[in-house]
Amino acid sequence: MAILSKDDAQAILKKALSFSKADECTVNLNGSEGGNIRYARNAVSTAGDISQKSLGVSSSFGKKSGVATINEFDDKSLEKAVRRSEELAQLAPENPESMPLLGPQNYLESITYRPSTAALNPDKRADDVAKSLKVAKEAKLEAAGFLENTTSFNAMMNSKGLFGYNRDTDVSFSVTLRNQQGTGSGYVNKSYNEYSKLDTLSLTKIAASKANGSVGAKAIEPGKYTVILEPLAASDIMAPMFQGFDARSADEGRSYMSKRGGGTRLGEKLFDEKVTIYSDPLDPDLPFSTFSGDGRPQNRTVWIENGVIKKLAYSRYWAEKKNVEPQAPAPRMVMQGGSSSVEDMIKNTEKGILVTRFWYIRNVDPQTLLLTGLTRDGTFYIENGKIQFPIKNFRFNESPVIMLNNVEELGKQERSRTENSVLYVPAMKIRDFTFTSLSDAV
Amino acid sequence: MSAAMTLGGIVIPKAFLFGKQIDPLQAIYDGMDVSVKKQLADVALNAAKAKGATYADVRIGRYLNQFVATRENKVQGVANTESFGAGVRVLANGCWGFAASDNVTKENIARTAERAVAVAKANAKIQGEAVQLAPQKGFGEVSWKAPIIKNAFEVPVKEKVELLLAANAIAMQNGANFVNSMIFAINEQKYFASTDGSYIDQDIHRIFPTFNVTRIDQANGKFDTRKALSSPVGMGYEYLTPVASEKVTGVVTRYKNRYDMLEDIKEAASDVAQKIKAKTVEPGKYDLVLDPSHLWLTIHESVGHPTELDRVLGYEANYAGTSFLTLDKWQSKKFNFGSKLVNIVADKTQVGSLGAVGWDDEGVKCKEWNLIKDGILVNYQAIRDQAHIIGEKESDGCCYAQTWADVQFQRMANVSLQPGKETRSVDDLIKNVEKGIYIMGDGSFSIDQQRYNFQFGGQTFYEIKNGKIAGMLRDVAYQANTQEFWNSLTDIADKDDYRLGGAFNDGKGQPAQSNAVSHGSATARFNGVNVINTARKI
Repeated sequence: MAILSKDDAQAILKKALSFSKADECTVNLNGSEGGNIRYARNAVSTAGDISQKSLGVSSSFGKKSGVATINEFDDKSLEKAVRRSEELAQLAPENPESMPLLGPQNYLESITYRPSTAALNPDKRADDVAKSLKVAKEAKLEAAGFLENTTSFNAMMNSKGLFGYNRDTDVSFSVTLRNQQGTGSGYVNKSYNEYSKLDTLSLTKIAASKANGSVGAKAIEPGKYTVILEPLAASDIMAPMFQGFDARSADEGRSYMSKRGGGTRLGEKLFDEKVTIYSDPLDPDLPFSTFSGDGRPQNRTVWIENGVIKKLAYSRYWAEKKNVEPQAPAPRMVMQGGSSSVEDMIKNTEKGILVTRFWYIRNVDPQTLLLTGLTRDGTFYIENGKIQFPIKNFRFNESPVIMLNNVEELGKQERSRTENSVLYVPAMKIRDFTFTSLSDAV
Repeated sequence: MSAAMTLGGIVIPKAFLFGKQIDPLQAIYDGMDVSVKKQLADVALNAAKAKGATYADVRIGRYLNQFVATRENKVQGVANTESFGAGVRVLANGCWGFAASDNVTKENIARTAERAVAVAKANAKIQGEAVQLAPQKGFGEVSWKAPIIKNAFEVPVKEKVELLLAANAIAMQNGANFVNSMIFAINEQKYFASTDGSYIDQDIHRIFPTFNVTRIDQANGKFDTRKALSSPVGMGYEYLTPVASEKVTGVVTRYKNRYDMLEDIKEAASDVAQKIKAKTVEPGKYDLVLDPSHLWLTIHESVGHPTELDRVLGYEANYAGTSFLTLDKWQSKKFNFGSKLVNIVADKTQVGSLGAVGWDDEGVKCKEWNLIKDGILVNYQAIRDQAHIIGEKESDGCCYAQTWADVQFQRMANVSLQPGKETRSVDDLIKNVEKGIYIMGDGSFSIDQQRYNFQFGGQTFYEIKNGKIAGMLRDVAYQANTQEFWNSLTDIADKDDYRLGGAFNDGKGQPAQSNAVSHGSATARFNGVNVINTARKI
């Protein structure tokens, strides 16, 4: 078994620490197991079942430290790993930015682990995929999708008495449905901690409806438009924004959070007042581990309130240098929404574009966070409160910082999975969104 | 704010954070004897067959990464990671199954093979057409080693740290406000065996030295950067020993098979000082002269990806996307992908390239083949379970898995634009351009899921006026349609200017995997390309 209980993990970590002769020592133990099915052209293409586990030891003498790891857990192997990390630490150059270890911490009780997800097996995965394939075949569409479940644990202990343990489960599902002619395409992408929330049948039906609805797309001129971004599209374009929440880059003058003349934009109103963003390890819709990678506790944190920057992340080193409280970065963000549905927003739109998702988003200018990317898998023209017809995909050049100043309305939130992150954000209506060219891609 | 993957603008590909950290000395000497790997492989193959597999392959891999990162006068981190384990892929009831484990004992590798068969059988219930594998002869016990001169893992960390800190010092002395630099080295020791009768032992080396120099104009609230003009390469530490004959001079020095980091960083500090004050570009149509340090990425995105057969067929529809190069275009034998000067080859054998290897990850001997010939689409990149779909009898040998823990699938070979046959220098190209932009280095990149519409930035941009370089520009990006762009290629330099660019982190597949791939070209001219201005105010 790659997944260890809290007691078993604690016993191994204690044993490893008992061999330490360094000034300070931290031991990390983590493991994961899970499986996946990938399908395309309405049949399974690849599938796998993977498990792994490893232990890392970090030893320090003054400001010199070294790391060694191992994946065997008998006493002799543990001692070997500790000795090696100590040898490396003695050879290492001093790191002037190294900080003393944290002492014991109080962490909230985590809610990231769900037994139903951990219990998934190849047969259950195949059954879920079978439901998705059935929808595709009945609709005479071609499905390509991916279902994956992972159970993981992470435990850390240090020579100053800190101990943390977290277990996490995740099940992710995405599917693209396309028609035989390649003129229509639809998509969904969801992830949950709790397996029972996953409904591959309903989700595939949404993708089918987008695929059929996007057939016969017309070209309209690029330019500035009012857009309604579904929660997935909003997540796609907002995800790159959170990397800018690092105080050090802002202080150094190399981020969109840098203030002209020096310092950060902390306390400045950078967005529309409808924008409030927070992170909460105990958020039932988007939980995460209650401690960060360096052992700092994670608590509910409001990063943007009514458009004002309230918090930036400070490493312990940078916080000490700037004489402020350290703030761990959050791995997952929630944006407050409103009560409108996407349908409501369409109804009150005179002229606009509905976007299902964005694709291939890259930073063009980190100074303004100008991003480029394209719409994909369902883009529709709205006039007089109704979807009129599907339109060809656009390339956009837009900054989420500018976009979040042009918020007309926020809808209900959904948990969405982007290329690199999971967010809980609302659908949003935005004015003056900049599309710069047309794409023939479907 | 997901996993901290960026270091001042240099992105560490996720795949290289995978694996556990080990000490560097152990990394060199701990390799498993090839006879032991053969015994383990036979146990896995026999276990798979016993459970009903009609085909099986096993990959026992040891993947070593070393990452040395610095900023200004500080070492940020030295990480050595090792990942050792075995992955077993089987065909049972006409369906693929895969399982992997880091517990590589005879008992457990047999269990891993059995898990792979169980996965295949579970999925066979919902399988459509049975998988058809192109026949492949066994090669017996063979081996391949990358022809490196100096193993990067045997070079002391101290030497690497000293080089990076010396480079950083030069940047700071020359006006940089910040500098990040790193050396990334990879060694894949992989053993492949299959029920076709192949036992293939391979040793692959890659290295990527790079930096990013930042200049701040605090009063105006501006900053700008210039990245290294190095490339990740399939070489050893010898890449970091400068050789004059491997340098290409011009508005800035560029590099072939040897890199001079200390020289490049000095020029970068000077470039970024000019760039931050440069004239902002007037949007419109320009003739672009693209240096190989830039053009490799445009080739990668607009030629490499759309010619991947798995994308053409729809296997990537849910992630990386499909391709505009549909089978009917290839079948017509007259689809004009580009102008007559456009000759593009796929290659898994080119010495010093990232993709070079003896055999691919399903036991196929590697080769070179044409993709675009005199502007016409002539072939794709295919692996064993796809060859029959395009009427081929054999795979092209471009199957790859990023580690033992990942299933192998079709990945891009090195895809390169052939240099011009006529003798032609970069100066010859530039002197004919009336209104143009000369672009160095790769920057921002984005392309649609069928590879029609793209947008690229760069590192530095030089205005060309009436055949002469007229100073630097900033805020430049170009947007084009792939077919129109390659048809606008009107001039190309000769083989003396040919160089490789590339990336460690070409992403595809679910779960996503990284592939390392090189792209060669000589400087080329593209007429009338749409250039936009990317400056904004927030």
